Amino acid sequence: MNKSAEKTIDLVNRNLAKRYRAEKRFRFYGLLSISFGLLCLLFLFTDIIGKGHSAFLQTYVALDIHFDEEVLGIDNIDDPAQLMVANYDGVIRKALRDQFSEVSSRRDKRALYALISNGAGFDLQREFSLNPRELLGQTRTFWLVADDDVDTYLKSYRGSGEAFTGRLSEQQRGWVQTWVAEERIEKRFNRIFFTSGDSREPELAGIRGAIMGSLFTLAVTLVLSFPIGVAAAIYLEEYAPKNKWTDLIEVNINNLAAVPSIIFGLLGLAIFINFFEMPRSIPLVGGIVLTLMTLPTVIISSRAAIKSVPPSIREAALGIGASKMQMILHHVLPLAMPGMLTGAIIGMAQALGETAPLLMIGMVAFIVDIPGAVNDPATVLPVQIFLWSDSPERAFVERTSAAIMVLLAFLIIMNTLAVWLRKRLERRW
Amino acid sequence: MMEATVESTIEQSADSLVSRPATGERAPVAEGETVGSPFVDSPKMAMRNVDVFYNDKQAIFDVSMDIGSNEVVSMIGPSGCGKSTFLRALNRMNDTIEGARVEGSLRLEGQDIYDPKLDVVPLRARVGMVFQKPNPFPKSIYDNVAYGPRIHGLVDRRADLDDVVEDSLQRAGLWNEVKDRLNQPGTGLSGGQQQRLCIARTIAVSPEVILMDEPCSALDPIATAKIEELIAELSENFTIAIVTHSMQQAARVSSRTAYFHLGKLIEVNDTERVFTNPEHELTEAYITGRFG
Ligand SMILES: Nc1ncnc2c1ncn2[C@@H]1O[C@H](COP(=O)(O)OP(=O)(O)O)[C@@H](O)[C@H]1O
Ligand SMILES: [Mg+2]
Repeated sequence: MNKSAEKTIDLVNRNLAKRYRAEKRFRFYGLLSISFGLLCLLFLFTDIIGKGHSAFLQTYVALDIHFDEEVLGIDNIDDPAQLMVANYDGVIRKALRDQFSEVSSRRDKRALYALISNGAGFDLQREFSLNPRELLGQTRTFWLVADDDVDTYLKSYRGSGEAFTGRLSEQQRGWVQTWVAEERIEKRFNRIFFTSGDSREPELAGIRGAIMGSLFTLAVTLVLSFPIGVAAAIYLEEYAPKNKWTDLIEVNINNLAAVPSIIFGLLGLAIFINFFEMPRSIPLVGGIVLTLMTLPTVIISSRAAIKSVPPSIREAALGIGASKMQMILHHVLPLAMPGMLTGAIIGMAQALGETAPLLMIGMVAFIVDIPGAVNDPATVLPVQIFLWSDSPERAFVERTSAAIMVLLAFLIIMNTLAVWLRKRLERRW
Repeated sequence: MMEATVESTIEQSADSLVSRPATGERAPVAEGETVGSPFVDSPKMAMRNVDVFYNDKQAIFDVSMDIGSNEVVSMIGPSGCGKSTFLRALNRMNDTIEGARVEGSLRLEGQDIYDPKLDVVPLRARVGMVFQKPNPFPKSIYDNVAYGPRIHGLVDRRADLDDVVEDSLQRAGLWNEVKDRLNQPGTGLSGGQQQRLCIARTIAVSPEVILMDEPCSALDPIATAKIEELIAELSENFTIAIVTHSMQQAARVSSRTAYFHLGKLIEVNDTERVFTNPEHELTEAYITGRFG
């Protein structure tokens, strides 16, 4: 008997080494998969940040602007209408001509004018309208937005190396170099990117419109999908009898979660736009369509959260005479809330990144104005990314990546919020 | 005092079993009938011909018995024999189970508790329940006890609620242990304290009957002893029906004992009688440990 015991321990010892090796291998595989995932993520981030970080800076040129009454075409300074339509481009052009007085042919002049963005006139108008009396007839130095070609050229220009010249001619590059030498050109924080809507001109294009569009769309989605989803989950978990019909509903909800999102877009197009004749391109319709898409996620996660509330808590409540509704409101919902919120936020994150269904309902339109309500035409972040990535101008490349960074930032914020909420609301028992 | 006498009766019973005639020689018992004295004068609860089904499966067969006012009735029997099922029928907790169905007549002071017009909410306020596993709400100790009075609107003023909470905790023998930490979660208490908290929560709505389903099975012996003491005290004011798998416990706390077997009520008798001289051979087989 003693002998056999010794044998057993020997056997165990012999096998132990093998077991440890197997365990090590097992751990190694796990580590390998995680490293692979992290590597992909790292690659994605370096690529996007590498391409996109430069979009947060924008080239500005300092010009000595003379606010000439005649060039501006203002005869009554108290007339706001005149200040609105005054020829600000004219004074910019004049400043350019004054600086490069050797430029004479019309063609060259046009090439010179092209170095400054079309939008510079609006900036100047804003500055001028602040105190027109003081500025009229004066000369001031203003930093004006450079054209995207100049911007791209300077951003790719590093010392003596090759630079991306794009559409800039030799002559234009010469002028730019003059500014560089005179330190009249500078990269500044790109406020336009965060304060403007879309534009055909890359240097004037911003994501404010898309962000607002996304926020309005998500707000509609959240306001609709969370209450509806939670109510549906409560009904299915707490009230619905278990029969063929509820089985059918359950199967269908699970199926809906797997339906390609573009189908929801088609549904939205057919029902809301064609049948109810709601306008196209508005966050309200987008939000409703995304609600249809996220509802299954919200319902499924809410049901899981409700299911995980221990039955003993329900019995406790019912046992002292709580009605079913009181049991649900006082005990089940508070305990299920972290799970339901997490599900809702994950659904929202999905909705935030969704493009296909929104394309179907026209949220892919080129919209310059920043939406101010759920029924203003709008686009959303991922659609904006899609639109910009499709644009030929080189300057849109960095803006595409920058917009992706903004979208990722929103996603990270939302997921962090989900984790935080869960930690915060979780009650232990 | 009471404990001592009951314990001695159990010892007695062990002796007397040896000298008793073999079970085969007992008077034959009619099939399906409950022996002993299942009925009392002016009962608190009266159950007649109760059947309980889970879908097609019958768990309780034709059970008739009474529970008298301010008595402690214990229900014993092998596990799976339907004790919990019968107990849960008494305050309609079976309603919450999908497919559960109760037939027969169950009356609380003459009122049919399965009357479709009857609201279960006040019923459960009158017939409270304490469960096998302590199940305090994940709320503060105070809120646990105050929950019942709040939902039933028993008190209007905060001060009254404070009184109810204190009184209930006093009666559950928990006040001295928790009076300084009423705002801490009830789930942070020890198992025995949690169970007493659950009892306090139940008596806070002043029920007439308290149903207890193996209230000590998750507790250690010291906590169990405290709960048993508590049951003895509570029996002055409440009618108590307790399910237990411990025959010693039944012997210590109850005045009458009902023995269930495979969904049938075999015997109801004074506790002392059941443990010393059971009428039915199945009861005897159970209490002598031939199955359990
Ligand atoms: N929810 C349920 N659904 C179906 N059958 C059940 C359910 N609860 C209990 N039963 C069955 O009813 C019988 C009695 O159970 P129960 O009352 O819990 O017994 P005890 O409490 O005496 O151990 C058992 O056979 C059990 O399998
Ligand atoms: Mg049981």
